[in-house]
Amino acid sequence: MDMSPGTIRPKLTARGVNVFYGDAQALNRVDLDIRAHEVTALIGPSGCGKSTFLRCLNRMNDLIEICRVDGDIRLDGEDIYDPAVNLVYLRARIGMVFQKPNPFPKSIYDNVAYGPKIHGLARSRADMDETVASSLERAGLWEEVKDRLDAPATGLSGGQQQRLCIARAIAVRPEVILMDEPCSSLDPIATARIEALMDELRQNFTIVIVTHSMQQAARVSQRTAFFHLGDLVEVGDTDTVFTQPVDPRTESYISGRIG
Amino acid sequence: MTDPRQSPTETILASLPRRRRAEARFHFYGIAAIGIALGFLILLIGAIGHQGIGAFSQTEIALDVTLDESVLDPSGTRDPETLSTANYRAVVRATLGEIFPEAMRKRRDRRKLTELVSIGAGFELRELVLADPGLIGRTMRVWAPADDEVDMLFKGVTARDSGRFTGKQLEWLDRLEAEGRIRSAFNWRFFSNGDSREPELAGILGAMSGSFFALLTCLALSFPLGVMAAIYLEEFAPRNRWTDLVEININNLAAVPSIVFGLLGLAVFLGFMGLARSAPLVGGMVLALMTLPTIIIVTRASLHAVPPSIREAAIGLGASRMQAMLHHTLPLATPGIMTGTIIGMARALGELAPLIMIGMVAFIVDVPQGLLDPASALPVQVYIWADSPERAFAEKTAAAIIVLLAFLVVMNLTAVILRRRFERRW
Repeated sequence: MDMSPGTIRPKLTARGVNVFYGDAQALNRVDLDIRAHEVTALIGPSGCGKSTFLRCLNRMNDLIEICRVDGDIRLDGEDIYDPAVNLVYLRARIGMVFQKPNPFPKSIYDNVAYGPKIHGLARSRADMDETVASSLERAGLWEEVKDRLDAPATGLSGGQQQRLCIARAIAVRPEVILMDEPCSSLDPIATARIEALMDELRQNFTIVIVTHSMQQAARVSQRTAFFHLGDLVEVGDTDTVFTQPVDPRTESYISGRIG
Repeated sequence: MTDPRQSPTETILASLPRRRRAEARFHFYGIAAIGIALGFLILLIGAIGHQGIGAFSQTEIALDVTLDESVLDPSGTRDPETLSTANYRAVVRATLGEIFPEAMRKRRDRRKLTELVSIGAGFELRELVLADPGLIGRTMRVWAPADDEVDMLFKGVTARDSGRFTGKQLEWLDRLEAEGRIRSAFNWRFFSNGDSREPELAGILGAMSGSFFALLTCLALSFPLGVMAAIYLEEFAPRNRWTDLVEININNLAAVPSIVFGLLGLAVFLGFMGLARSAPLVGGMVLALMTLPTIIIVTRASLHAVPPSIREAAIGLGASRMQAMLHHTLPLATPGIMTGTIIGMARALGELAPLIMIGMVAFIVDVPQGLLDPASALPVQVYIWADSPERAFAEKTAAAIIVLLAFLVVMNLTAVILRRRFERRW
């Protein structure tokens, strides 16, 4: 479906991905390329498989016992479902931000420092302080929390918690960040901040975002993929998908007739 | 009921008093239930407290003892061997004879007089002399424990005309009291002695020590085993027929009557492994078998209660499953695990049935000093004393129950405090 190989080398490639939950098939032969330094939005009605696809990309679905994934997903050309793949290394390269802000019940500092600590990324205490500060800064949270890094993260507002989760993810310096409806529990102001943040982050990271809001997809993404009932219906440049959709199902969804 | 001519508002308004009455009734039922429960609790504690309070005091008789060298150490060597086998009872008898010279003429009177003072008086004199042989040859006043029948008389449990005393004995006691030689003192012997055939000398220390060693063994075995098993089952084990089977078995084990664990301990620990009978080590092992399913179930429930989003967050950052568990899930489950463990221990503390099977129900005088010394336990002591014919053991029984309840309260309070402390972290 993605007819632009060669022009930009894709960061992630998915070919013929099928996902089953027990006997129910959640994704049906999905082929999708995700380009580096772009925001790719996955849209579609509830239950269409977009979150399932996202969770295939860092093998979070492995945690669900009845879930079975087949097909071929490659990160920079390496098969991530190869039995020899080290999951710790994979997830350090592909970070994730979840739908509901899920800070650890620890201090703000410890939340951001956790990833670098387990991966041994900081050589000294000063190094770690620097990593924490720069991560919070890039997540746009530094000014609000710099005086209370030892305060519990759970005391932050919902929008602040979600930006903390983003800071926590980027502190590991991944190559790809997966975001699963990161703004669904936030108010419009917090949402706007996170959208602005995504645009900055794509300079350094490749971002895949699942969203329910078509306006959000239109605002933040360069490319959009539309899922429907487990099928990838259409993928293309965001402008094209929203203005000249090829598939009638895409058009119906975008114009609000289904979903 | 519904009148079609009434508007919905009127119908709702009309139903309000009925609903309010229902609420008030429900409220009353709740308070009544709590009231009844509290009433029984107060009755229980009141009855035990009333009966047991007497055991915390002991009637004592003042004796001006002359530690006669010719009786205790005729050779004058101060040899500890000689000193510990000397006839201290004779010294006590001689002292009584000084107070009541007329009673010493007849052998029968002499015996009746000596009966009034506990044989523990001699033991306590021996301890004094062994601690300081320089006391020999001196005259000193000691407060000797009275015999349990005398104790009961002064506590008002037995009447003077109950036929337990001869007229002469009552006369002697009256004279002792008139001379100010009788007092009621705090019964420290109850907390520093092991069990005894003589109620006035019987103490709870041996049982407390036995319970302590048994619980220590129980905790050391069941806590690590239970927590590890629960972590594996909850966090790592695949869900299949085998783990289902294990789970069902654990749940069933928690409901097995404790005496069955005692039988198992008898067969395996004593019969097959040949461990010592009556040892707190074996008692603790049997109690651990009993507590293990409880700890596994509680730990699994606590781990399960940690929101999965926390685990996902850690895994999503690249933590291994073990790191996610050790760094995040387990610390959050700790308060629940500790509470469950302490409540399991409290249950084990009060358990008698499995200890019967492995011989911890026995008359043991010496206070156990280690895991392999013969020992009893607190509930065992209650059982043994409750079974003893001497009247004075009735109050000892109640007092032992008070001590047992006090330990249970302390353990449950600890559980509450620990939970508060750890939950307050965020």
